[in-house]
Amino acid sequence: MINNIGSGNTIIKSKLISRRMFILSTAKAIVFFGIFGRLVSLQINEATKYKTLSDKNRFREWKIAPQRGLIKDYFDQEIASNKKVFQLHITPENSPDLEKLFFRLKTILNLTDKRIAFLKRKITKQKPWEPIIVSDNLTWSEFSRINLFLHELQGVEPIVSVARVYPNNSSSAHIVGYVSEVSAKDLERKEYLRDMAVTGISVGKTGLEHKLDKSIIGKVGFQRYEVNAFGKRIKQIQIDKGKAGTDYRTTIDLEVQKFTTGLLEDKAAAVCVMDIYNGDIVSMVSSPNYDPNAFVHGVKKDYWKELIGNDLKPLNNKVISGLYPPGSTLKTIVALSALENDVWNPKRYLNCNGVTELYGEKFHCWKKKGHGDVNMRTAIQRSCDVYFYEVARLLGVDRLSETAKKFGLGKTVLDGFIEERSGVVPNTSWKKKFIGKNWYLGETLHSGIGQGYYQSTPLQLCLMTAQLANGGFELKPRLLVNEEKNNLREFIKYKNDNPNDPLPLDMLVSNFNLKPLFRNQENINFVKDAMYAATNEAGGTSYRSRLLDKKFMFAGKTGSSQIKRFTAEQRELEVKQKDLNYKDRDHALFVAFAPVKDPQYAISVVVEHGGTGSSAAAPLAKKIIKKVLERHELRRSYQFSLGKEI
Amino acid sequence: MFQPRSIQSSMSFREKVYSLDYILVFSILILGLISMFAMYSTDGGEFKYHTKSHILRFGVFFTMFFVISFFQIRFWYKTSTIFYLSILILLLAVKYFGLTSSGSQRWLNLYFMNLQPSELMKVALILFLAKYYHRISTVDVNRIKHLFLPIVALIAPVLLVVTQPDLGTSILIAIGGIVVAWLAGVRVKFFTYASILFISLMPIAISFLKPYQKARILTFLNPDRDPLGAGYQIIQSKIAIGSGGLFGKGFLNGSQSYLDYLPEKHTDFIFTLFSEEFGFFGSVTILLIYSLIIYRIVQIGNITRSSFGKLYCYSFATAFFVYVAVNMGMVLGLLPIVGAPLPIMSYGGSSMMAMMIGLGIVMSCKVYKDVPVN
Repeated sequence: MINNIGSGNTIIKSKLISRRMFILSTAKAIVFFGIFGRLVSLQINEATKYKTLSDKNRFREWKIAPQRGLIKDYFDQEIASNKKVFQLHITPENSPDLEKLFFRLKTILNLTDKRIAFLKRKITKQKPWEPIIVSDNLTWSEFSRINLFLHELQGVEPIVSVARVYPNNSSSAHIVGYVSEVSAKDLERKEYLRDMAVTGISVGKTGLEHKLDKSIIGKVGFQRYEVNAFGKRIKQIQIDKGKAGTDYRTTIDLEVQKFTTGLLEDKAAAVCVMDIYNGDIVSMVSSPNYDPNAFVHGVKKDYWKELIGNDLKPLNNKVISGLYPPGSTLKTIVALSALENDVWNPKRYLNCNGVTELYGEKFHCWKKKGHGDVNMRTAIQRSCDVYFYEVARLLGVDRLSETAKKFGLGKTVLDGFIEERSGVVPNTSWKKKFIGKNWYLGETLHSGIGQGYYQSTPLQLCLMTAQLANGGFELKPRLLVNEEKNNLREFIKYKNDNPNDPLPLDMLVSNFNLKPLFRNQENINFVKDAMYAATNEAGGTSYRSRLLDKKFMFAGKTGSSQIKRFTAEQRELEVKQKDLNYKDRDHALFVAFAPVKDPQYAISVVVEHGGTGSSAAAPLAKKIIKKVLERHELRRSYQFSLGKEI
Repeated sequence: MFQPRSIQSSMSFREKVYSLDYILVFSILILGLISMFAMYSTDGGEFKYHTKSHILRFGVFFTMFFVISFFQIRFWYKTSTIFYLSILILLLAVKYFGLTSSGSQRWLNLYFMNLQPSELMKVALILFLAKYYHRISTVDVNRIKHLFLPIVALIAPVLLVVTQPDLGTSILIAIGGIVVAWLAGVRVKFFTYASILFISLMPIAISFLKPYQKARILTFLNPDRDPLGAGYQIIQSKIAIGSGGLFGKGFLNGSQSYLDYLPEKHTDFIFTLFSEEFGFFGSVTILLIYSLIIYRIVQIGNITRSSFGKLYCYSFATAFFVYVAVNMGMVLGLLPIVGAPLPIMSYGGSSMMAMMIGLGIVMSCKVYKDVPVN
């Protein structure tokens, strides 16, 4: 009985248990199916995503700063090169106690508190495994001291790296520019820099370093390591050493460059020398200059203050960013424009008595007593202002501006130089647009002698002269040697070899793919001849600076650009330029080409507040021309020795 | 009643050996072997401390499993109360003499091993409640006076464990007890009342939680909340499993674990490690082996005559299932990180011992399936 009840109870119980177990089993199946689903989703559907994340955990990259390309002069001398430097890096995550480390370094390296505070701030801004540079240019004794204490400086890495160096210091500072640490502004302006966030990379700030930055900077390399969860490097997976930047050969002749720099010492001046056939800029010197090496490791405050405070503006590249009224050097263009537009007969004589009048306003010649009877040739030779007032009056400012622009004034000459300025070639519509007033005839007269609104850079003046000297063909000035064929030189050669080619000039020219800037080449020759007279015939403005040797003989035009108008009193007293305050003196200008027979080079010289072109600028030009021509054969043969005609 | 006794007494040792469930035995063995390889991988591909110790433990407790299988089921029936009470005393002892490690007091130093009584309680509670419900009739199950003892028996160890503090294990102990009560036929309404009470007590309970436990719950709700802190484990575990893909990174090639991104890789996250190295197919294989083990335990419950055996097998199967599901859910980012080892696979002597005892008793139910317990 008891048994029966027991067994009955047991059966009921079993059924109950089994029923409830069935519910649980169903739940189990569902849950396991859910887990299975999760596995499908993680390991199949999202596997790629998690693989990427796993690799991101696993690999860490350290970038390697590439070596900057070299900049060489025409004769392959290095203007900008690289040198070994000793640096000290800290990798924050490798250091157990940064405070203590900085304290130790402070005593070893004499770091200032300010510098340490700056470094600490920098550490908080970047990833703990990215190294920061404590010092990028240690002396050998500092470097060896660090190595001595290395065992107690955990997290510190002494590194031998390369940095920019300018071996010839200052002579080419303005052309080459300088490099310095990357700034926020650089990142904004130069997109390629954004993928180059490497400790210790420097970027070109001005000059060629800036213009060529993208290709000269090189390709960033990297080392990829497998790291564990604590950031420890386990093994190196991959290394890409990067690529050094492209080397560049410039058209600059370092010898001439140094020579000119020496001549211009203590002056605020600019000199540009150009090959008139291929536009090679042989020399470009702005004075005073600065030491570009001072910027590579961050410029010192004192030096920076000195540069900024200097009235002679050493940081400015005056050749491309200094603006000066062209003064009488523009008379070459005024004469050419008048002849090309058939408004003037060059044989026409005018009498200059030192002053002319227009609507009651007096226009003075620089020579108080006047030049007497002059024709166009003698007017250029002696730089008669009165004669050119009249030429300009008949020519008109608009026609003049057309010719001036054709010859390269009023627009930038080089590509990619942020510091280059375009200058001004005024005309009636320009004045309306920028000044908002109508043009006065009196202003045309001022323009006729290169004053008034006219503004030009020494480079533009050099280009203008070069394009006159080469017979009136367009040039594209350049600082970098390239392999392009030189059509102009070939054309000249062809013409010399076949003087009796029946083809008319314009057809010949188009065969050589040249762009002539003239209507009648005789007019160009006339101007060149007048320039010859100005230097080599008695009475010419630069007669005193002439060179007698046929090999060096040059032809040039002086100019003085007025800073301040002479008062009637001063004129009466015949005040000399050298008696004026420095700031009030005229800029002295001179443009020339040489040699007279078979010209090769053009030059422009501007001496700020130098007085007159004939006394301050022409004597400098004389010396430089001689130097350039002395090296001409060497320069030509160097091209051939490289096996290519450039 | 006489007849079964004669069957039992007439069984020779050989017959007992034959009557073992070999599918279950082999499943456990395979899982044990897999866990040895996984442990070898956590040691960085070297035969070091964890691997040696794990192999030794598996060997010892697997033998223990066989020994327990040959004990009469009646023995377990009779000793279950004592078993439960002695574990309870051990839990109390932990309170006073326990070893403290990483902020919680869970272990007793027994010189040859550090015993974690809370792991053994998982089995003891099931055993105790199975006996209790075996003895009362279906009609009495829902009487209030009969509900009293199970509730006390459940709450006492849970409170002792949760204050160690060890939230994960206490939850798993509680689930085991609740499952027995459910299978015994306690009405749904009581579970409803209990859960309502539990939920209303939650805010109070939460105020007793340690800050890190609160953080874990919040982290589970949003793992990206603090990716380098509390959410780190979940995120790294998901990355490891996901990056394993279909076939895995290969044995000893799991970069996440090798490079120490994976926390607790030989205990709670052993499945993650295996998944990373053997991929989807590896994970599914493990899941299938566990399913097979659970299925076999349920099958043994089905053929056992006694209610005690049935209750025990079903409950243990369910508890075993919950341990697996909670651990996998945890490492797969489906549940908060509560600290629940994966049965047999995870490194840990007490957990291994508890599981082997539990499985041994199941096997004993199989061997003595026709023998009444009283």
